[in-house]
Amino acid sequence: MVTVLYEQSQTNCATARAAGEDLWIGTHELESATGWSMKPQGLCRGDVCVPAPVGQAGDYVAGDAVNAAAFWRRMGNPVVHDGAREVWVLGTSAGHRGASLQSLEAPDFALPDLAGVTHTLSEHRGKKVLLATWASW
Amino acid sequence: MWQSLYAAHKDQGFVVVTVAMDVPEAARPWIDAAKPTYPCLIDGNHHVAELYNMVNVPQATWIDEKGHIVRPPENAGSSDAFRRMDRVTKQMTPEQVADRERTKKTYIAAVRDWVLKGAASEFAYDAAAARARLFLPDAGIAEAHAHFRLAQHLLGRGKRDEAVEHFSQASRLHPDSWCIWRQAAQKDASGLAAGPEFWARVDALGDRPYHRPIDMKGI
Repeated sequence: MVTVLYEQSQTNCATARAAGEDLWIGTHELESATGWSMKPQGLCRGDVCVPAPVGQAGDYVAGDAVNAAAFWRRMGNPVVHDGAREVWVLGTSAGHRGASLQSLEAPDFALPDLAGVTHTLSEHRGKKVLLATWASW
Repeated sequence: MWQSLYAAHKDQGFVVVTVAMDVPEAARPWIDAAKPTYPCLIDGNHHVAELYNMVNVPQATWIDEKGHIVRPPENAGSSDAFRRMDRVTKQMTPEQVADRERTKKTYIAAVRDWVLKGAASEFAYDAAAARARLFLPDAGIAEAHAHFRLAQHLLGRGKRDEAVEHFSQASRLHPDSWCIWRQAAQKDASGLAAGPEFWARVDALGDRPYHRPIDMKGI
């Protein structure tokens, strides 16, 4: 079983097959793991669609499966995996993170407190927020 | 650190949200002892550090009522005075302590000024000034966070040796991140990554800061 780590989510993908630097995942499972879905125009999320390169579609799409790693790298996103290829991080590019910061819209997130209650940044909209980090180390 | 500021201004449309770059077991004793009444969130994967391109603690960003960043992530009131402490006794001179306290007080006073005056505060930036003060990640930093995420996952499943490999990759790709390095480093009995390796890494900074200086009047 392959585990996909994407943003804050962690999804076990029964359809995933890893080979070398490729990670093939069923389209439905990729969508539930990442929100990216396969459409005729390419791999899409919201208004953004990324087509497979002309003449290389077979390296990106095969039947009902998508080479998620290939698409991720094509989008400039980092892809890393463990030695057994059982855990894959489908990362997010510096360009995407940077553009998000430059919009000055504070990136939202959802994190638990010690009691396990999930809080979001956006639930404080309407207040001034001092968002501060700390650590025990 | 933030409780009195929060308590004083929580009825004026202000909230402190802290994020521990830590696993829950490590953060718990500190939160239990401080009993803060603002949200204390736990971020073992350092997701917020990735989103906001933060590299150390404490760092903070100011977000206004509309969810806009009005002060980009920066050092939240710490000074580098600790670098000159006596490393055997862990003591600082009165001058070093005074330097540390002055920096913290100045920063907190600036937060207070913003809480009370909003956009009219001299410490809140307009959009152009805020953008000019952003630190943007590069490809190495993005890849470092992917390795860090993988390492924390592997560590949580008992695969320490493989986790260490990916922590090392992360630190190699993002050497400026003390969050990544200290999270992965060996801790002493009190949970601090403050042994000889830490000091060697601090000394290797030379003239470069450990806490980036705050661009703020009075500091």
